[in-house]
Amino acid sequence: MQTYILRRILLMIPTLLGAVTLIFLIMRLLPGDVALYILGSDESSEMNREALQRIRSELGLDQPLIVQYGEWVWKALRFDFGNSYWTRQPVIEELGRRYPMTASLAFLSLLLGTLIAIPIGVLSAIRQDTFIDYGARIFSIAGLSIPSFWLAILIILGLVHYFRWLPPLDYAPFWVDPWLNFKQLVFPALVTGYRLSAIGARMTRSSVLEVLREDYVRTARAKGARELVVVLKHALKNALLPVITIIGIELLVLFGGLIVVETVFTIPGIGRFLVDAITHRDYPSIQALVFVFAAFVLVINLLVDIVYAILDPRIRYA
Amino acid sequence: MTSSVLKSTIDEKTVDQIEGLTPEKRGAARVWHSIGSFVQKKPLGAIGAVVLFAFIGTALLAPQVATHDPDLNNYRERVKPPSAEHWFGTDNFGRDIYSRVIYGARISMSVGIFATLLGTSIGAAAGLFSGFVGGRTDQFMQRVADVMFTIPGLVLAMAIVTMLGPSMFNVILAIAMPRIPDTNRVIRSAVLSVKESLYVDAAHAVGCANWRIMLQHILPNVLAPYIVIASAGLSGAILVESSLSFLGLGVPPPAPSWGRMLSTEGMRFFETATWMAIFPGIFISAAVFGANLFGDALRDVLDPKLRGR
Repeated sequence: MQTYILRRILLMIPTLLGAVTLIFLIMRLLPGDVALYILGSDESSEMNREALQRIRSELGLDQPLIVQYGEWVWKALRFDFGNSYWTRQPVIEELGRRYPMTASLAFLSLLLGTLIAIPIGVLSAIRQDTFIDYGARIFSIAGLSIPSFWLAILIILGLVHYFRWLPPLDYAPFWVDPWLNFKQLVFPALVTGYRLSAIGARMTRSSVLEVLREDYVRTARAKGARELVVVLKHALKNALLPVITIIGIELLVLFGGLIVVETVFTIPGIGRFLVDAITHRDYPSIQALVFVFAAFVLVINLLVDIVYAILDPRIRYA
Repeated sequence: MTSSVLKSTIDEKTVDQIEGLTPEKRGAARVWHSIGSFVQKKPLGAIGAVVLFAFIGTALLAPQVATHDPDLNNYRERVKPPSAEHWFGTDNFGRDIYSRVIYGARISMSVGIFATLLGTSIGAAAGLFSGFVGGRTDQFMQRVADVMFTIPGLVLAMAIVTMLGPSMFNVILAIAMPRIPDTNRVIRSAVLSVKESLYVDAAHAVGCANWRIMLQHILPNVLAPYIVIASAGLSGAILVESSLSFLGLGVPPPAPSWGRMLSTEGMRFFETATWMAIFPGIFISAAVFGANLFGDALRDVLDPKLRGR
């Protein structure tokens, strides 16, 4: 097991390096001139050529591409992402300020999503083809179809209308005031959690249905175990494996939801940071954010595989 | 219509046994038969297909379905609630929301369909090649896919649109990109299992060229997983398009994109003019809902592992 984890961690390095290269290629090889944008001009006329040159050399854009690439990789691997073009502050400080908000939102979404998904999926499976099942499946497909930003807008409109509640201007970090943090983030987390729960409930349903046909479930029933024990202890425990995998994969989708939901609820997290960075063409920040997202995805994939190996004794990694 | 219902009740063997049918008619009867049995076995999927085709029809016939010019500003009619004249009300420029939502179907459907086709075709071609060739090439291509997997789809799409600038084509390209690695994976694993079949061995034995084995013997046999993943991708593509537009990175204004109609610029109007927020959202959800139902049903029918469940 240890060697497996170690090998996986070592394998993450080339993948992360590849992601770093891909971002660099997208940002540098696709057309679009940062210097022109910073100067606020659409064309390079005779007049501002000098100013353009100055900005380019200031940002190191006049260096050969390979030198720029080497410098970016070397610095990125030491978590030095340079200064933001927009705020002129080091990007890493901005990231440090913002990531706790996104982390607590993501955690809360995952928690709420799982808490909703599993009971609904189990209920739907043990009452297959009844109205409970149909209701649960409509709940899931709706969760996959309603765009997060629209749900968020509707929730805000509803809260404003009935409770005169507005998204707070200032969000409290979790460790400063956990209860306030929870109250402020519960609605955004419900929006992103709904999508997760939709996916989770579908997976739980089909997984439980499959497990309920297994021999050991029949054995458990035959020896006279109560139905509740059969479902929870024998079926659910074994059915959860694919659910964990799918929730791990769906964390990728959660990122998309977080970006959008942070924008609607004006939460100062890294999703909103990305949107701001993109509107200001803040290239160092965009590169840094994509790097962070990629690193996060790799870590989550690893964790999912490890949890999988712990939960399923049949899986043994040499 | 009646004839189709009749034909769908005949079972496939009977179609072949009916005498006096020309081969063309027999083929048509078989198509009707399979559509009929799809409707019977997967009523929800059929509803999804109807919704999806209704949206495609709306997109094609937008000038006929709409009641106003979607881009026409009318300052005397700003932010008016739904009425007989403006069915879904008007927005802050006095534009008719009903007509904008109808024309919006053009953007959603064309971006969704073309992005899905583009992304899944490239992904499938890569998967076919990678799985068939194997060895180092395969290893290399799969590591590239690993890298593409690490960047969340919306983030990758946002980065690409930012660099290329917002336009219809660039949005399609940006949404197609994240579809490549997952199609590649699915098709590659299908190719790996088909490659071991006897008929592929036979083709090798009679001296078939590799490209011919790939295109004539393997490709047709991985079409089912391709259709499954492409139809599943459609709903995602429509959603990503609306999210990009919402974030201001979609097809540029004044094009009436559903996501942009809900963007934060309109937020201060939504509180008093709820109709501005409600109708575009219903249309996005309905289109994605249709695509999801249809995609799920296709998967159930085409995926042999799920058959009979």
